[in-house]
Amino acid sequence: MAVDKKFAGYLCTGCGIGERLDAKQLTMVATREGKMASCKSHPMLCSAEGVQLIRDDVAAGNATHVMIAACSRRAKMEAFNFTDIAMSRANLREGVIWLRPEGDEHQETTQEMADDYVRMACAEVRFMTVPSGSGEQSLNRNLLVVGNGVTAMASALEAAKAGYGVHLVCDEGVLGGVYKDLYKRVPFRAAPPGVSNARTAPLPQPEEPGIAEMIAEVQANPRISVHLNAKVTKTSGAPGRFSADISTESGGTVTENIGAIVQATDYKPYDAKRLPEFAYGKTPDVVTNFEMEKLAKAANGGPLKRPSDGKEVKAVAFIQCAGQRSEQEGHLPYCSGFCCTESIKQAMYFKAQNPDCDATVLFDDLRTPGAAGEDFYRAGQQAQVTFSKGKASEVVVEGGKLTVKFKDLILNEDTAMECDLVVLATGQVPNTGPDPYAQLAVDEAPTEEEKEAARRALAVAPPSILNLDYRQGTDLPQLKHGFVDSHFICFPYETRRTGIYAAGPVRRPMDMKQAIDDAAGATLKAIQAAENAALGAGAHPRVGDLSYPTFRKEGCTQCKRCTVECPFGAINEDEQKYPQFNEARCRRCGTCMGACPVRVISFENYSIETVGQQIKAVDVPDEFSEKPRLLVLACENDAYPALDMAAQAGGSTISPFARVIPVRCLGSVNLNWITDALNSGYDGIILMGCRRDDDYQCHFVRGSKMAAERLSKVGDTLQQLRLETERVVVYEVAITDVQRVPLLINDMAATVEKIGMSPFKF
Amino acid sequence: MTEVVATNETILVVGGGISGMTAALEAAETGKQVVLVEKRPYLGGRVSQLYKYFPKLCFPTCGLEINQRRARMNPNLRVLTMAEVTGIKGDKGNYTATVKLSPRYVNGNCTACGDCEKAVSAEFDDEYNYGLGKRKGAYLPYRMAMPTQYVIDPRLIGTEEADKAKAACKYDAVDLEMQEETLDFPCGAVIWATGWQPYDAAKIQPYGYDRFPNVITSVEFERLADPQGPTGGKLVRPSDGKEAKKVAFIQCAGSRDRNHLLHCSRICCMASLKQCTYVADAWGAEAEVSVYYIDMRAIDRFEDFYAKVRGIEQVKFIKSKPASVVADKEGNPVVHGVDTEGYKRFADTFDLVVLAVGMEPSVDKDSFPVDIVLNREGFIEADPGNGGVFAAGCASDALDVNRAVQHATGAALRAIQVVNGAAGVEG
Repeated sequence: MAVDKKFAGYLCTGCGIGERLDAKQLTMVATREGKMASCKSHPMLCSAEGVQLIRDDVAAGNATHVMIAACSRRAKMEAFNFTDIAMSRANLREGVIWLRPEGDEHQETTQEMADDYVRMACAEVRFMTVPSGSGEQSLNRNLLVVGNGVTAMASALEAAKAGYGVHLVCDEGVLGGVYKDLYKRVPFRAAPPGVSNARTAPLPQPEEPGIAEMIAEVQANPRISVHLNAKVTKTSGAPGRFSADISTESGGTVTENIGAIVQATDYKPYDAKRLPEFAYGKTPDVVTNFEMEKLAKAANGGPLKRPSDGKEVKAVAFIQCAGQRSEQEGHLPYCSGFCCTESIKQAMYFKAQNPDCDATVLFDDLRTPGAAGEDFYRAGQQAQVTFSKGKASEVVVEGGKLTVKFKDLILNEDTAMECDLVVLATGQVPNTGPDPYAQLAVDEAPTEEEKEAARRALAVAPPSILNLDYRQGTDLPQLKHGFVDSHFICFPYETRRTGIYAAGPVRRPMDMKQAIDDAAGATLKAIQAAENAALGAGAHPRVGDLSYPTFRKEGCTQCKRCTVECPFGAINEDEQKYPQFNEARCRRCGTCMGACPVRVISFENYSIETVGQQIKAVDVPDEFSEKPRLLVLACENDAYPALDMAAQAGGSTISPFARVIPVRCLGSVNLNWITDALNSGYDGIILMGCRRDDDYQCHFVRGSKMAAERLSKVGDTLQQLRLETERVVVYEVAITDVQRVPLLINDMAATVEKIGMSPFKF
Repeated sequence: MTEVVATNETILVVGGGISGMTAALEAAETGKQVVLVEKRPYLGGRVSQLYKYFPKLCFPTCGLEINQRRARMNPNLRVLTMAEVTGIKGDKGNYTATVKLSPRYVNGNCTACGDCEKAVSAEFDDEYNYGLGKRKGAYLPYRMAMPTQYVIDPRLIGTEEADKAKAACKYDAVDLEMQEETLDFPCGAVIWATGWQPYDAAKIQPYGYDRFPNVITSVEFERLADPQGPTGGKLVRPSDGKEAKKVAFIQCAGSRDRNHLLHCSRICCMASLKQCTYVADAWGAEAEVSVYYIDMRAIDRFEDFYAKVRGIEQVKFIKSKPASVVADKEGNPVVHGVDTEGYKRFADTFDLVVLAVGMEPSVDKDSFPVDIVLNREGFIEADPGNGGVFAAGCASDALDVNRAVQHATGAALRAIQVVNGAAGVEG
């Protein structure tokens, strides 16, 4: 790490910067005010020659801290990509000349805007340190896979195939999980080429389940240690250095060192006792789809008999969506996504054994997606399974007969059918541990009453699966309906616990084939987490970032805001109640830095100072200048690109008094920045973060929300300073708000014009 | 000449849409060397042409921004655009790939300043907007295009327009002498992520896509809704620019159909539900939306979204596969069919009809450039016979974005298993 900081500035005069702005003036600002030892100009800094200019200075030892005044930090990233030095970028192209109109009357304020951006970039780089990683980690090539079924076995096999070791923790005496009684499985493939589209064309049929073979493969693999009848009783540490206690029913406990974790605990079959309307429990002849597999397995191709009296089944009804897709209390509101093909398969068991058996599937929407799904639906039709669009309301038991009452949705009439056996297509209930934020709710409930309510919620919570020794609870946080992350469409494996990845039906309901594929994806993420932890490098979305948060212990007041607000539960508290950052768990969003009231938390390349000094570096003219200053703190992933794109599109202009600073996440915004800015005479402050409700788009999950909560208290500060509350606003901004972002900035300019300048000018 | 540094531990990813990008990034971020080859002049594929994602109604460009930053910063990843894999020879762990690079006529000096675009006047149909608008002959495919580098349309070459573009460039970025190149380089494993294309709606004759301008496809509707699209986000119909307030969505247009695609494309129900919200958001109480469907396939957690759209008063659902669409004198499309719930005939008039067309594999199954196991719909099946070639995303089946990314992440692991074997890590 460079101890001696060598500051060097570079100014690009290309893309109109040289024509629109006074380059000499900018150079002077960089060297005299910005304290750059030099500031070289180049007509096209991003060209090979321009980049070489910088590289030569770095190689000669003349530049360890580089300020580049050119285009947006989002442009020419590949050209200005230097390792081992600190770099800041002054955005003169998109940020200034492309957002400001040409013309002499604008020249003065546009130049002042550019001068400020150079001052800010110089200030930023002066306070940056080149990140060097903690050196805390080493490579651990063992994964912990938790689960007893197909998903867990698939994960273990995939990891082993890539050369990694696996501890597979199964809570039962045998592997196989929910599918261990499977008679056949839904075919994984669609019809091959050459099969015609004719109604009689041969189509894939139910196939051997392959579970026994999979178990044998797992048991034979030398890289996989199977722990049967075992549970994870404690997990501590971080990616690359997890420590897991694996305890068996017999009382023994082993402690294993682990690189990363896959939770593949699948699902629990829905409890059909909650469906009395379908006579489940009243007669053994109403069975669930899971029990149906056992019947089929027992029959093993022979006549399928009903449980009550062993009579051969001549008519069977399948009730789809049993206790699912329903808002009724105790039902599952979602679709389990696997029951349609399961029922088709089971109906085909009857047809294969006895073509005269009536097998009817009562469905609302039949959901057989993809090429394989639709071919299998056709295979069911070929087998002469009856598909009837109808909504079952009741199963009546009378003597030995079952009557299914349903509304025929095609004929639009209430009707009924008689049968020997009813199969309820019940759904998947994710097998997850307690939601950690349910636990926090107890800890943090302000009143005894609320504490009690939270305790009641906790009392019905399932036992922990991972037993994480984390400040923020023992298990993976949950989204809706008990499923765990990810909430992001583009990033399905994002979890809020770095290095721990969910696979299979704990993430979302899914069939066996998808669960096997999902296991591969989650296993890749686990391997990746272990590999990057070994390098001291961050995980998604700041992959490769070597910096991590540190704190000044003597300044810390042990207020716990950082440990509570971290969206990723990365921070524990040590025995003396100081924060313990666990850098491999950290995602580098800076929410802890934003939370800290005494500003003791910082990253080497992003800190209270790197932003605070930019705010201070801006030239604030006096109250009578008619040149207000508007501070814009914008999320670097959404609001900042939107502004860049507004510049690129042309046609938008922004107030020349705005000074925009990109932040990693609005969650990293420290209230002290706001207070300092107000105290030093800024006239308006705009904060732009991502959507923060249930459909949050904040890529650090809760960062934007945390920031909004913190900033709701900024009113007090404004009151103390006797400033108007309109001077600080927080907006939710999306990357598509290309037209809106400039307007929001200009709105603040108009507000300041209306309410007047801040009196706090120095 | 373009040079590619690669070994038999390199992973080749074919296709730079969301699946290919994901597979490439996940492998590169696990420390593997990756070459990503994309046919278009930019990454992002069809996802970049979507306005919103279901069910969150968030914006695809948000995730693309992250993925593009990941791609730009990763030293393990090499991206080739306007490049097509024409052949792969060899065996698992030891392939040679042949890639054809088409000339972009713009080199890496490009600062995306836009001067060349201003200098030329020739216009062409804009592929990014599915031909609903025009673009210049010198163009940036769309605002977030990566690489951020202009393209000169090959149809300009040899004309004065091309010379104008060259003359306008201050940075010597326009290179009209650029030639097609063919590269051979080694790789150990291949991820095939060539994605999908919308089924050709003109083939569904009774719906009149080729006859009635106010019958459009779901992918075109997505461009209409996008504020960055050809209408600035206004839902207006192509024939006369009239506001499209009464809109029909026809599900399974050319899908689950023996005459067209046999398969269900999985995404079309959800896409139409999403597009219902576009119409409701645009026109409020004045919106009138009809969704004609066989089965609404809002699978798993998506059921919540279906419930949400069912709650929109202006949207109604009719269980029917419409028989035909005709146009009345004013050019309004009229949808004919039978509501199978109660067997009632209908003839409903709309401002605009949107055909929810299915996904078919981008690569024609009869001329696949590599030896691989396909199903009859042309999707790649997982098979040991595929050696070190693994499908990712919609090349394997009709998938939504979330599932495509999930599948692509798994494909990255399977490729890593092969190159780890090649590197001697395994064992």
